[in-house]
Amino acid sequence: MGAAVIVKGLKKTFNLRHSHSLKETLVWLVKGRKGDLTRKFDALHDVSFEIQPGETVALLGFNGSGKSTLLKLISGVILPDKGTVRTKGRVAGLIEVGAGFHPDLSGRENVYLNAAILGMTEQEINDKFDDIVAFSEIEQFIDTEVKFYSSGMFLRLAFAVAVHTQPDIFLVDEILAVGDEPFQKKCLAKIKQLSDEGRTLVVVSHDLDMIARICDRGVVLSDGTVQFEGPAQEAVAWLRDR
Amino acid sequence: MANSTDTYAVPGVGAGLLDVYRRRFLLKLIVRKELRVRYRGSVLGLAWSYVKPLVQYVVLFFALGIVLRVGDQIPNYALYMFSGVIVINFFTEAFSNATRSIVSNAALVKKIYLPRELFPVASVWVAAVHFLPQLVVLLAAALLNGWHPDVMQLFGALLGFVIVAVTATGLGLLAGAINVFFRDAENIVDMLMMVITWTSPVLYDWTMIRRLAAPWVLFVYQLNPITVAVELFHWAFWYPTVDRPVELPPHLLITGFVGLGMAALFLVIGQLVFRRLEGHFAQEV
Repeated sequence: MGAAVIVKGLKKTFNLRHSHSLKETLVWLVKGRKGDLTRKFDALHDVSFEIQPGETVALLGFNGSGKSTLLKLISGVILPDKGTVRTKGRVAGLIEVGAGFHPDLSGRENVYLNAAILGMTEQEINDKFDDIVAFSEIEQFIDTEVKFYSSGMFLRLAFAVAVHTQPDIFLVDEILAVGDEPFQKKCLAKIKQLSDEGRTLVVVSHDLDMIARICDRGVVLSDGTVQFEGPAQEAVAWLRDR
Repeated sequence: MANSTDTYAVPGVGAGLLDVYRRRFLLKLIVRKELRVRYRGSVLGLAWSYVKPLVQYVVLFFALGIVLRVGDQIPNYALYMFSGVIVINFFTEAFSNATRSIVSNAALVKKIYLPRELFPVASVWVAAVHFLPQLVVLLAAALLNGWHPDVMQLFGALLGFVIVAVTATGLGLLAGAINVFFRDAENIVDMLMMVITWTSPVLYDWTMIRRLAAPWVLFVYQLNPITVAVELFHWAFWYPTVDRPVELPPHLLITGFVGLGMAALFLVIGQLVFRRLEGHFAQEV
C-alpha cells in the first residue's frame, strides 16, 4: 500500500492579465513579441508531500497562500506547470459547495447531475437518492427549481450529494461552513464516518478549531510553499503564532 | 469501487472522447440540462422546434417555388432546398453551440474536473434533438410529393447525418478549445456559418459549379463533407420524388465515404488540439 496522494515538486504559475482578444495578440506578435502579453504570478512553487490512505489532512494558510490552487491541482481541474500529482482511487473534488448546480433545474435533477459529475453511476444514484434527500432534510422542496432555494437549503443539498459519492479521496474546500449548527454537527459526524471507513480526506478551511478536532495532520502553506507539516494541533498552533 | 486500482492516476488527464463514451449517463444528463434550460418558462417547449421548420418550409414553398418560380430549373424546388437546409441547420447549430460550449459552462469547468469533451459533444446531441422535428417535416413534405425511396437511399441519408455529426463534433472541439483563449473564435464561426450555406448546393444545384468552374474546383468543392451530406440528403429525400430526369453527382456513395473520411480527419484534429489546450481551460476561461 503506497500513499493515496503523491505531490512532487509542484509549480503553478498564473497569468495576471488575461487577454482574450486575437487583435491584442496579433499586435503583440507583429511588434516582435515586445514585453510580456501577460504578467505572471507563482501561486505554488516546489510543493511536495504525500498523503497516506485513510488520513484526514488539512491544508492550512492565510488567504492567497495557494491552498485552493493545490486542491484544484489534486482534483485535476488545473494541471501543474512543473512537478507531478498522482492519486490512487476515485477522487471526488468538491472545490466549492454547489459547483455544478444549475439554478433552472429542480433539486432532483441537480442531485442527479451533480452526483454524475462527481463520478457516480446511474444505479448508484438511484440507490442513494433517498438517503441524499433525507440527509439534506429538504424532501418537501426536492422538485422545486434550485433558484428558489434559500442559501441554506442549497448548501444542504449540495453537501448531501457530495458526502454520498463514496470516493476514495475526498477533497473539500470550505465545505464545513455549511448551514445551521445542528446540520453542521451532522456534517462533521458524516465526515468522521467517511474517515472511519478508511477514506482519505483533504480539507481546506479557516476554521482552525474544527481542523484541530477532526484532522490527523496539517500542511501549512505560505506564499506558495510548504512552511510546516505535522500533527493537526501543532500545525494550527504554528499558524496561530504567526 | 469503480476505478479503484493499485495504479496511480494523473488527475486532470483523461482519455478524451473515450471518456465521454464511458460516462454517457453524465452526457445524457448534460444534454437534458441544456434542453431544459433552453426551453425554461416556455409554454410550447420543444414543440417550438416543430413550428420553426414548418414555417421555414412553407415560406420556401411559396416565396421561392411559387412567387420567384425558381422551381422551373429544379423540380420540387422547395423539397430540394429544404432537404439541404435541414442539413445546414443541424450543422450550424451543432458547430456554433459546440464552439461556445466550454465558455458557457465556465462555472463547471473551473470548479470540478470532468471530461471537458462532454460539452461540445452534448451540443451536437442537442442539435440532433432539434434536427429530429425538421426531419419529420421533411418526411411529411416528401410523402406529399410521392416519396418512394429505396434502401440504399435511406442508407445514404443515415451516412449524411453521421458525416455532419462527426464533422460538427470535430470542428466544435477545435473551435470550442480555441474560444477559451480567443473569444474571436465564436465570431469567426458565426461568419463561416453564413458562408457555409453557399459552399454547398443548397440553393442551387451542383451542375452550376460544373458549368462555371474548372474540374479541380468541383473536386475540391465535393471534398467538403457538408456538401457530401447535402447531396446524400437530396438523393434520399428529393430524388425519389422527381419524375423528370435530373442529374445527381456521380458516385454518390463513394464521395459519401470520402466525406466520412474527411469528417473523421476533422475529429482527430479537433481532439488533438482540444487535448493540447485543455490543461489551461480552468484558469483561462
